[in-house]
Amino acid sequence: MAFTLPDLPYPHDALVPYMGKETLELHHGKHHQAYVTNLNNLIAGTDLEGKSLEEICRLSFNDPAKVSIFNNAGQHWNHILFWKVMKRGGGGKPGGELLKRIEHDFGSFEAFTEQFKTAAVTQFGSGWAWLSLDGDRLKVTKTPNGENPLVHGMRPILGIDVWEHAYYLDYRNRRPDYVAAFLNHLVNWEAVEQELHNALA
Amino acid sequence: MRRRAVLAGLASLPVFAWQIRVEAQTGPYSLPPLPYPTNALEPHIDQRTMELHHGRHHQAYVTNLNNALKDHGEAAKLPLQDLLAKLGELPESIRTTVRNNGGGHANHAMFWEVMGPGGGRPSGELAAAIDRDFGGLDKLQEQFNAAGLRVFGSGWVFVTVDATGKLALVTRPNQDTPLMEGGRVLFGNDVWEHAYYLLYQNRRGDYLKAWWNVVNWQKVGERYAAAKAGKLSI
Ligand SMILES: [Fe+2]
Ligand SMILES: [Fe+2]
Repeated sequence: MAFTLPDLPYPHDALVPYMGKETLELHHGKHHQAYVTNLNNLIAGTDLEGKSLEEICRLSFNDPAKVSIFNNAGQHWNHILFWKVMKRGGGGKPGGELLKRIEHDFGSFEAFTEQFKTAAVTQFGSGWAWLSLDGDRLKVTKTPNGENPLVHGMRPILGIDVWEHAYYLDYRNRRPDYVAAFLNHLVNWEAVEQELHNALA
Repeated sequence: MRRRAVLAGLASLPVFAWQIRVEAQTGPYSLPPLPYPTNALEPHIDQRTMELHHGRHHQAYVTNLNNALKDHGEAAKLPLQDLLAKLGELPESIRTTVRNNGGGHANHAMFWEVMGPGGGRPSGELAAAIDRDFGGLDKLQEQFNAAGLRVFGSGWVFVTVDATGKLALVTRPNQDTPLMEGGRVLFGNDVWEHAYYLLYQNRRGDYLKAWWNVVNWQKVGERYAAAKAGKLSI
């Protein structure tokens, strides 16, 4: 079964003005689509064909012969999570079990957002910043290009794409403004809590 | 009130002098002006992209580099190519920052220099070297564009030149440069998304093809001669 591009869970203009319509059209319809197409082409007829996306990420990571497979598989996985954890009218603060764990593991919600912002702003070049479940603890990390915390044994529950294609049309060089808008207006905390429950299960 | 104003005026003198001195020590690197107007490369590279790329992105690399070096006066006195060739000797606390921002400064300074309106074609010794090492300009462009497309994420594609004039095609991630291995760059193209996203969006291949229209071959020829004379810096 070839991999397919999942539909966006909202219309292309749903995240305006914090993420523009043209950005979402290109990001989902061109960039994400290209990762899916490339991945399918690269694994066709190899021992990875038929394996799950997560297995392909883990099996191809750090294998010099499978760099392109890893890049495209990682990006397919990363973007699937990215679309899920945003919504119109998002941002603010989570509640419930997720907030309790964030406060326990980071000291406060504000301490978490500071760590997350720093990770997102300091990832040099293309990449991602993450909130992941590492064993029983929540942790903020950053990764370059298509890499993700899965291959380091963690379970990402929130990710922000800091490749320039994610924000250049809307924010130009001002990545910190994009990261702030993501936290203040876009994060779908209910979806992140659902990811947490999946990770704990 | 008057006395306080006079005292404040006196006190400001040494402070002002100190600031000048500190700036002179800690600001050894500066943003080179563009050698042409920001709209000179239209329609292949748009004015807005040039303004942001030079005035924001390159400026940020220069500012961050100077900040990283402000407590490292000896390193800050080095010519940029020497600083980059000696990254391993820098204190670990500033090594990555200097690598990223010093590399960004060198790469962009080279980039502005090898572009210009007008185009043209390689001539003389440079043309002969391209024929010898790549089988002609068409083949070089084909290999260069393919290499640029293969860079995953942010990075650069370069043609390097050694002291004998031999050319080679290489890519580097992020702001790394062959200067970091003591090599020399003849010319190179920026394939970070900020270099082309406003005009070409996801179509990096179209940008790579169009870029050849703004290569200043006369300048590249001068860099080639300088490299053979051991005088090419960044
Ligand atoms: Fe992306
Ligand atoms: Fe650049």
